[in-house]
Amino acid sequence: MLDWNWLLPLVWLVIIATGVVMYVILDGFDLGVGILFPTVRSESSRDTMMNSVAPFWDGNETWLVLGGGGLLAAFPGAYSVIMPALYIPLILMLLALILRGVSFEFRWTAKPYQQAWDWAFAGGSILAAFSQGLVLGGLLHGIEVENGAFAGGPFDWFSAFSLMCGFGLVAGYGLLGACWLLIRTTGEVESHARRMAPLFLAAVVLFAALVSLWTPLRYDYIWTRWFSVPNIFFLWPLPLATAALVAFVWRAIARGDELKPFLGVIGIFLLCFLGLAISSYPYLVPPSIDLWQAAAGQASLQIMLYGVAIMLPLILGYTAFVYWTFRGKLREGESYH
Amino acid sequence: MDFDHVLLSRIQFGFTVTFHIIFPAFTIGLSAFIAVLLVRYGLTGNEKFNQLARFWTKIFAVSFAMGVVSGLVLSYEIGTNWSHYSRVVGNVVGPLLAYEVVTAFFLEATFLGIMLFGHDRVPRWLHVTSAVMVAIGTAGSAFWILSAISWMQHPTGHEVRDGIAYPLDWARIVFSPTFPMRFAHMVTAAYLTTAFVVLAVGARFALAGRYPDHARTMLHMGLGLALILAPAQVFIGDLHGLDTGEYQPVKLAAIEAHWNGKEVAPFVVLAWPDQEAETNRFELAIPHAGSLVITHEWDGKFPGLLDFPAADRPPVAPVFFAFRIMVAIGFAMVGLVLWGAYLWVRGRLDTSPVFLRVAALSWPAGFIAIISGWMVTEIGRQPWIATGILRTAQAASPLTTETVAVSLALFVLVYGVVFSTGIYSINRLINKGPAPAVIAGERGLPSRPMSAAAGGLSEATGDE
Repeated sequence: MLDWNWLLPLVWLVIIATGVVMYVILDGFDLGVGILFPTVRSESSRDTMMNSVAPFWDGNETWLVLGGGGLLAAFPGAYSVIMPALYIPLILMLLALILRGVSFEFRWTAKPYQQAWDWAFAGGSILAAFSQGLVLGGLLHGIEVENGAFAGGPFDWFSAFSLMCGFGLVAGYGLLGACWLLIRTTGEVESHARRMAPLFLAAVVLFAALVSLWTPLRYDYIWTRWFSVPNIFFLWPLPLATAALVAFVWRAIARGDELKPFLGVIGIFLLCFLGLAISSYPYLVPPSIDLWQAAAGQASLQIMLYGVAIMLPLILGYTAFVYWTFRGKLREGESYH
Repeated sequence: MDFDHVLLSRIQFGFTVTFHIIFPAFTIGLSAFIAVLLVRYGLTGNEKFNQLARFWTKIFAVSFAMGVVSGLVLSYEIGTNWSHYSRVVGNVVGPLLAYEVVTAFFLEATFLGIMLFGHDRVPRWLHVTSAVMVAIGTAGSAFWILSAISWMQHPTGHEVRDGIAYPLDWARIVFSPTFPMRFAHMVTAAYLTTAFVVLAVGARFALAGRYPDHARTMLHMGLGLALILAPAQVFIGDLHGLDTGEYQPVKLAAIEAHWNGKEVAPFVVLAWPDQEAETNRFELAIPHAGSLVITHEWDGKFPGLLDFPAADRPPVAPVFFAFRIMVAIGFAMVGLVLWGAYLWVRGRLDTSPVFLRVAALSWPAGFIAIISGWMVTEIGRQPWIATGILRTAQAASPLTTETVAVSLALFVLVYGVVFSTGIYSINRLINKGPAPAVIAGERGLPSRPMSAAAGGLSEATGDE
């Protein structure tokens, strides 16, 4: 007899993880384009960069709503602890996303006085990425819980580790953004992106290595997860595969490939995500609330599963269609403004 | 009043949700309006409709962007500021919000890309379809969020175990008794708001003598829709009020500032409801009219505020005044459309400067009415966050007062900048007008003789 109370939360964990991965990759590249904004000076290059993501950013950000809304619906026991515990970085992220989101419109309507919105777009993108890193770091660090509710202080998330995660995510999104520009742009912007990509890749390697070493040394449960027998026999290929992908991306950038660097970076992100998942499973709120404790009742998980089973393939289908519609290099002066 | 983290969280949520509702209230109707324009363009080939669609699409894009980013804030604030609420009702409200995301948000956000940027990338029918998808998405989003809100107003179909609400019957949760009329009232309000904005912009161009042909189309389409919806809204609002009387009698008593349920109620036109003294000061009232409106009987009685414990009463004054503002604007809107209809029949719609001036100034009417209406609804639900299940005071997150004070200040600052820039941008787009020079040049293309003729006609009447 199948135990639904065991299985449904697991299924929902996979769904939410999928949503988070979709978000990180999709909004990652459009935030990344904003992160790269300050590295170019000319207005036309900035126009091109912004236009390369303009048709997508809104749909991309919807995955963040799915992550937040999905967590509330499927794991209210985790949502109600994580959200207040990470109040400050989350509010900073929201404010940053507001500023960079409206910049997509305001930067055009403000022309020729768009400088302020250049800054809002770049600053908002950087701060949003950094705050998401703080959220990740704060979550990995663990949250103080009493009787199933958050019981810590407003700055519990703040640590050298969470700051490092912040810088790491800025670097990662910047890398995704640069690789996106390789696909979508030509000329000056493309060659600029090709110069920037290796720098961001180096930064990503540095931060990923730091996190990978720091977390097992600092947190015993992560050490046990990775280095105890027999786990280590199954897990050793993961860092190796990551290293191989880094080398692949490095070469692809140098050789002038357009699509391969982006796909390779997606692979790196997936492997990092898998690593984090292995470190923290089965906890949604380390170190005390696991996914079954946090899960909503069976009836709630079930009704939503019907919706997701029908709608998620549709969503993926029309998302893919929109990306297909706007495939290839950006045409000169292409925008609706 | 104690400025603790609960009160500050309430102010912050009230502020951010009020800011947010402005944009969906506009984009729900505007996406449908643009879809209609594109369909009419497809059917008639008249370039005017295409130009109008592109003109309004730019305004839509600005409004939609502000709606998206301010809506994202709300979906996180439920957890950041109201964590106990999310824990207690997450099992019931969570799935409704999840359905909103998967059925509506993705639809509107994804097809928006094609609607805004795809006009020369995809065939025309697909561009129209995208606009229709966005319109369906925005209305679908309203469906789910109003369902969740209505359940909080009068929860049904659930049971409470160990202080947590669990679903029993999804149909009764999604279609809780106050939902159908609230949904009808809100969607009608959204379309009506847009109709008034379109009417106002048409009037503005007509007054300035710019784009007379486009202006006339906007006057006709805006007024035509408002002519149906404004009177219908009075009727729907009344039905919604009857639901309130049946399921939320204490809110109705607050709306009417009706204290003593044993007395025949006058209709209180204006007063200062005094919560402490449990009576009205400076009351201006029509005897028996309250009973007549609510119970449809001369000597009818309905529960007054004194029939409920003081701890279960909402703040009376804001509910009372917000309701009067909403109703006054509603009737003013009916008056304006009837006036417009009279001029229309007489063939003087676009030449009556007094009407056009009033109409041009009427664009905020719908927004103010919607915000007032929501204040009636949500303040009238107090002191509960989910009626009978959880009080607002118990729903807040364990945060420090300073944290919420700083975040509130930042929201006010950022929203202030974003809102003023948004108004400025939209105003600039409106001033640019529906037919920029580039498109005006295309009118003469021989491949489009009809639109060239239409363009020539509008130029002959003094366009631009």
